[in-house]
Amino acid sequence: MTTTETYTPVAETVGAVLSRQSRPPRPSAWSASLTFGWRAMLKIKHVPEQLFDVTAFPIMMTLMFTYLFGGALAGSPSQYIQFVLPGIMVSSVVMITMYTGVEVNKDIERGVFDRFRSLPMWRPAPMVGYLLGDAFRYTMASTVILVVGLILGFRPPGGVVGVVAGIALLVGFSFAFSWVWTMFGLLLRSEKSVMGVSMLVLFPLTFLSNVYVDPSTMPGWLQAFVNVNPITHLVSAVRSLMGGTTDSGEIAWVLIAAAVCIAIFGTLTMRLYNRK
Amino acid sequence: MSDLAIETSGLVKVFGDNRAVDGLDLAVPAGAVYGVLGPNGAGKTTAVRMLATLLRPDGGQARVFGHDVVREADAVRGRVSLTGQYASVDEDLTGMENLVLLGRLLGHRKAAAADRARELLEAFGLTDAADRQVKNYSGGMRRRIDIAASILNTPDLLFLDEPTTGLDPRSRNQVWDIVRIVVAHGTTVLLTTQYLEEADRLASRIAVIDHGKVIAEGTPGQLKSSIGAGSVHVRLRDPHRRPEAERLLAEALGAPVYIDADPVALTARIIGNGRDEAAAEQASRALMELSRAGIVVDDFSLGQPSLDEVFLALTDKPAA
Ligand SMILES: Nc1ncnc2c1ncn2[C@@H]1O[C@H](COP(=O)(O)OP(=O)(O)OP(=O)(O)O)[C@@H](O)[C@H]1O
Ligand SMILES: [Mg+2]
Repeated sequence: MTTTETYTPVAETVGAVLSRQSRPPRPSAWSASLTFGWRAMLKIKHVPEQLFDVTAFPIMMTLMFTYLFGGALAGSPSQYIQFVLPGIMVSSVVMITMYTGVEVNKDIERGVFDRFRSLPMWRPAPMVGYLLGDAFRYTMASTVILVVGLILGFRPPGGVVGVVAGIALLVGFSFAFSWVWTMFGLLLRSEKSVMGVSMLVLFPLTFLSNVYVDPSTMPGWLQAFVNVNPITHLVSAVRSLMGGTTDSGEIAWVLIAAAVCIAIFGTLTMRLYNRK
Repeated sequence: MSDLAIETSGLVKVFGDNRAVDGLDLAVPAGAVYGVLGPNGAGKTTAVRMLATLLRPDGGQARVFGHDVVREADAVRGRVSLTGQYASVDEDLTGMENLVLLGRLLGHRKAAAADRARELLEAFGLTDAADRQVKNYSGGMRRRIDIAASILNTPDLLFLDEPTTGLDPRSRNQVWDIVRIVVAHGTTVLLTTQYLEEADRLASRIAVIDHGKVIAEGTPGQLKSSIGAGSVHVRLRDPHRRPEAERLLAEALGAPVYIDADPVALTARIIGNGRDEAAAEQASRALMELSRAGIVVDDFSLGQPSLDEVFLALTDKPAA
């Protein structure tokens, strides 16, 4: 049966599809967002290579930092990993948030974005859908790092509950933080420039923090930056959860920062999305 | 007397200092195919994007079924759908997945969306390709899945932006057939194209646009009578007889004859001679005059006016 090329439109069959006048009510905001999340999953199914970024990169980071700096910074790799693993997890996941902007930008260049924008549905749904898909990737990256860490001798005193809570906080913050990238994805012209801007923001943010070393060893001016860097607070919060010494002050700081991110960058994203 | 599906007045869109759409006035009656004919860069896509609420106009007004495209964008979105010039489906997903995705986004439940997707794939001859990624589809199949996606909810107005550009003749015919069926079911279609032939075959009214403005509007018959029914191209055996042939053709056809760069070729426009005679008949009479004068014709062809000729006739300059 090779109907695809020798196809002739038949008035009856095409007409039958057309005359079935059953326009259902619009989907709810949540259901539309979930549908877009499903689309992100389908994309992972068809282009599994994209998971490379959330597996290979984190594994490399963990191994590199544990063995490269472990001896020098904390006496031995197995001691250092107790300190650095939550930090590596945070910095790797925050790093991969930039792919959100790249994905948004790629979609805009293709016509499919036009179709989504011309549908009568809750406007932010496509954006929320991207981020739901990304939340899956963040969880996956966190899990990979955790497993590698456990193999290398990471023994979190916070136990299962602490670790799960730490990862949940990290994924939640990254979801909020990704709105920065959806904004740039809509704002900038090319994939390359989105990557460029992301690097420019993410490198200082992740390195000038308490991920790798205790800030008290740094000069005062640097400490000033490190102490207001949201990544520092996120790392402290996640470290406290995994370390079994829950720091509710830091957790509250992170949650408020996440809410502010969504409020500012979510609004800017939607403004750009509607204007485009 | 039918209502208007689209009404625009003085619609403007400016990109930098480029006035892509520059005071566009359109009145598109509901229930038929309306053709928008224009060369590259005329502003067709820009106009369609404004009407489909994807782009905000910089000036003027546009209403779709009475709803303002800016202030009542959501109401407009509920009644229109768009098949863009470039594929507006997700190339990474399969045909089936694309249609289910859209069905879900339009509010169908999972099972209903899957049923609907299967029906559409069947009706568009894509059942065999249902589980292949769209990026592996041929150009014609892409167009069909794209149109299938656009009629998933049987829109009241369908925008087709250059639906046949780049398709082979068979795929083009398939698209034409689909458009006819869609219109017969009551959906208004706004079709942009660069081909007069396409607008002529499908549309009941045509607007010719250039530099973002309408430069002519009317039924295909009206347009053709203002620009001529076509042209006849002739190649002579003996280049020395060309001046004589030129004079004979001009007399027989009552229209100007163009001298081609090729020393043996001539092109004459055929315009209505008031006797309602078919273009082919006029052309054959003109050719007879040549043979009577003993001028040997090696080859000739009769064509519908091309977009270039339409523009030549309407603006006295070739399409920009
Ligand atoms: N996003 C944009 N930014 C800047 N200029 C644009 C943009 N979109 C279109 N233009 C310009 O506006 C003009 C009209 O473009 P448009 O795409 O509407 O033409 P068109 O009639 O659809 O042409 P084609 O037949 O090539 O599709 C062109 O000069 C084009 O370069
Ligand atoms: Mg165009």
